[in-house]
Amino acid sequence: MKEQLQKDFDNSIKNLSLSQKDIEIKKFCLDNFIDKGFPNRKEEDWKFSDLNQIIKNNIGEISFYNDQTSTNKVDTSVFVDGLEHNKIVFINGRIEKIDFEYEKKDQIEIIDQSETINEFKNSNSLSDLNNAFTNKCFKILVKKGYQLVKPLIIYHTTNSKIWSKNINLRLNFELNKDSSLKVIDLFNDTSEKNFLNIFYNFELKENAVLKNYKIDKLENKNIKYSFNNIDQDKNSISETFILSSGSNFSKNEINCNLNGVYASAFVNGVFSLSKDKHHEIRSIINHLTENTKSYQLIKSVLDESSKAVYQGKIFVNSDAQKTDGYQLSKAILLNKKSEFNAKPELEIYADDVKCSHGSASGSLNDDSIFYLMSRGLSYYQSRELLINGFLLDVVEKITDSEIKNLIKNMIGIKE
Amino acid sequence: MDNRQKEINNLKDYKYGFSTDIENIQAPKGLNEDVIKFISNIKKEPEWMLEFRLKAFERFKVLKEPDWQKPKFPKIDYQDLYYYSAPKSMKDKPKSLDELDPKLLETYKKLGIPLQEQARLNGIAVDAVFDSVSVATTFKDELTKQGIIFCPISEAIQNHPELVKKYLGSVIPTSDHFFATLNSAVFTDGSFVYIPEGVRCPMELSTYFRINASNTGQFERTLIIADKGSYVSYLEGCTAPMRDENQLHAANVELIALDDAEIKYSTVQNWYPGDKDGKGGIYNFVTKRGLCKGKNSKISWTQVETGSAITWKYPSCILKGDNSVGEFYSIAITNNHQKADTGTKMIHLGKNTKSKIISKGISAGSSDMTYRGLVDISSKAKNSTNYTQCDSLLMGNKCGAHTVPYIKNKNSESNIAHEATTSKISEEQLHYCQQRGLNPEEAVGLIVNGFCKEVLQQLPMEFAVEAQKLVGISLEGSVG
Repeated sequence: MKEQLQKDFDNSIKNLSLSQKDIEIKKFCLDNFIDKGFPNRKEEDWKFSDLNQIIKNNIGEISFYNDQTSTNKVDTSVFVDGLEHNKIVFINGRIEKIDFEYEKKDQIEIIDQSETINEFKNSNSLSDLNNAFTNKCFKILVKKGYQLVKPLIIYHTTNSKIWSKNINLRLNFELNKDSSLKVIDLFNDTSEKNFLNIFYNFELKENAVLKNYKIDKLENKNIKYSFNNIDQDKNSISETFILSSGSNFSKNEINCNLNGVYASAFVNGVFSLSKDKHHEIRSIINHLTENTKSYQLIKSVLDESSKAVYQGKIFVNSDAQKTDGYQLSKAILLNKKSEFNAKPELEIYADDVKCSHGSASGSLNDDSIFYLMSRGLSYYQSRELLINGFLLDVVEKITDSEIKNLIKNMIGIKE
Repeated sequence: MDNRQKEINNLKDYKYGFSTDIENIQAPKGLNEDVIKFISNIKKEPEWMLEFRLKAFERFKVLKEPDWQKPKFPKIDYQDLYYYSAPKSMKDKPKSLDELDPKLLETYKKLGIPLQEQARLNGIAVDAVFDSVSVATTFKDELTKQGIIFCPISEAIQNHPELVKKYLGSVIPTSDHFFATLNSAVFTDGSFVYIPEGVRCPMELSTYFRINASNTGQFERTLIIADKGSYVSYLEGCTAPMRDENQLHAANVELIALDDAEIKYSTVQNWYPGDKDGKGGIYNFVTKRGLCKGKNSKISWTQVETGSAITWKYPSCILKGDNSVGEFYSIAITNNHQKADTGTKMIHLGKNTKSKIISKGISAGSSDMTYRGLVDISSKAKNSTNYTQCDSLLMGNKCGAHTVPYIKNKNSESNIAHEATTSKISEEQLHYCQQRGLNPEEAVGLIVNGFCKEVLQQLPMEFAVEAQKLVGISLEGSVG
């Protein structure tokens, strides 16, 4: 893999006009990645999902160089109907379109940050890989007091014209005081067996509100890793919803730093898996100052030989008195081959806190099935109804009603 | 009240902190094949036992000291320890208690351990382990009548080699982790219990461990076998003198329950925790593992962990037999600079297996407490259930409480439920108690005892009283 990395790296920087310093940084990151390789099960955070093995088994030989000189045709058929929205379109890792047609142009700034690489507080080697190979990086800056009228949908599309096996993406967002933004990540993958490595950085200033919905619904054979870093100032709110279903392998990581008082973070997730899919959500909520709040709810329905993993950590600093942290993960195993692993973790250094977590996994409740069947439903209908209700609980947590309905339709949940 | 105050004052400092001046025989310092041969030789062990040890030592040489645990500690120099230390008078084992060194008897008297059989009222059979050797076992005759074997493991190796050979290392193999392998290579003494088929052990069996000599690691090995349909309740207690240096205690405990058998294992661990500034104290790195080998068998661990500078142990159950049951009840209390990383592993292999985990952690002062546990339901363990509850109580904002559960469910017909909470004693609770005339310390004692009650109830009577007191004492000075 080392020669391939070197070769692809040389090719990719050749086409970029980078300063010597930037090349040095990229080189440093590349060397780090060569040194560490893909994360494997020996690393605590990857205990349940050995990415190195997964890539070996699914992709085999991996290549990294993407020729980004030629444009891809934007396929408008993938756009969401019935919901007016702003767009960012990625096709095969290349950013093709940024369009804030519904917004006041002077309130949003799009900054090309290709030359500056900001360090992620993420120790795993994938951030090094991302740093080394990302060639276009934009920062979306929402100005003070501006609340976007329409949601922003980021389309992640891959198709058969893809150059290499690996795509690295990066976006930065800055939400200034009193601003708000809704982001939907929508995955449309038609390529076969690629590794997507996505890093987002969100910076929320005082009173800012961020809502991020990640929807991976369409069946595909890709392997995805997505990392969200969220820094939150006083009174800010972040809401993350993850629908994890389509890809062969997917790991979503949320790292949330509650730096300001009264900041709150919500992470909700649904795993709906079948076949031999393997998905993971890992969340780290760092309560760094007093009076912060976090709430997490993760529900999984696992069929066939699928596997879901939830690793959630609530960290409470010794200054973070009056913290309120809650975490619940539940799973229904429908097949004897399906598997659910959880590691709900609490690390607490302050005494005046309210922190709890719960985790439960098991089969569908026989009594409930009996109840429904005795009222004339078939076994299959009863099962559907119960699963529907089980997942609806999480979807109802979405605070934006328009998007809630969109997601309900996508999953096929009825009220 | 006066009496209580006196009692508290008596106990405020670690009351077991004295050391006994007894002539010792020690193995040369350091760890090598010669030392292992020395230990094996002095214990007059058969050839197969020495092979067992050397095999473990071969394995040990390639193992690395683990470092994933939460409490970090300075590297232990394994060459700077004595691996064998025994009171000189024990060289030719005394035939009865009358021949025992009076100094030893005095030591155990100070500790409150009834070695004299006159103390029959207690009704507990005791095996006392002093540094590396077992010094006395009481009530032998009565137990022998029932066919129960309760003796030091070094005796069992000589007198019951067929049992030891069959079961030793069957739950904790010589190729296990670092500290367990070290123990397999150099273990010195410990208890051996065999309960024959259908026998319900008429009394509590108990072992009392004491580290006396300095620079000594204590590596005892306990093996308990409960044959078909038998029952035994086993207690373990431990103390050590106050010393400035850290001492290592790496024991292995293996339990085997055959069909319909039940083993109840209770520990009150009160090793020297180090002084207020965290100097000295015992490193308690113990491997405890029970195997529910037969159908309908049951193993229950109860532990009250109040001592040790660092406690790092996970008493586990392997539920191999169908319908077997594993239970784990734990109270861990850390104060001052104590650190604990403890919990359990429940590994469900058989059908209809059940496990229950109740863990209560209390941290005060500048201490740090971690619950780390694993519940693993394999794909063949149909209809298994697990219930886990771990609660932590924090006192003060310099301490930490952490929960790290690993939950693996590979069976759709099995259910796992886990819940954990972290909180502090509320102002309302304190106010309520104080309003009714309790002083703050008493109020905290009362609330903490209530918090722990679920676990304390699991202990045998005699131990429960001691444990309850210990809970109060360990938290002494942490309020206000």
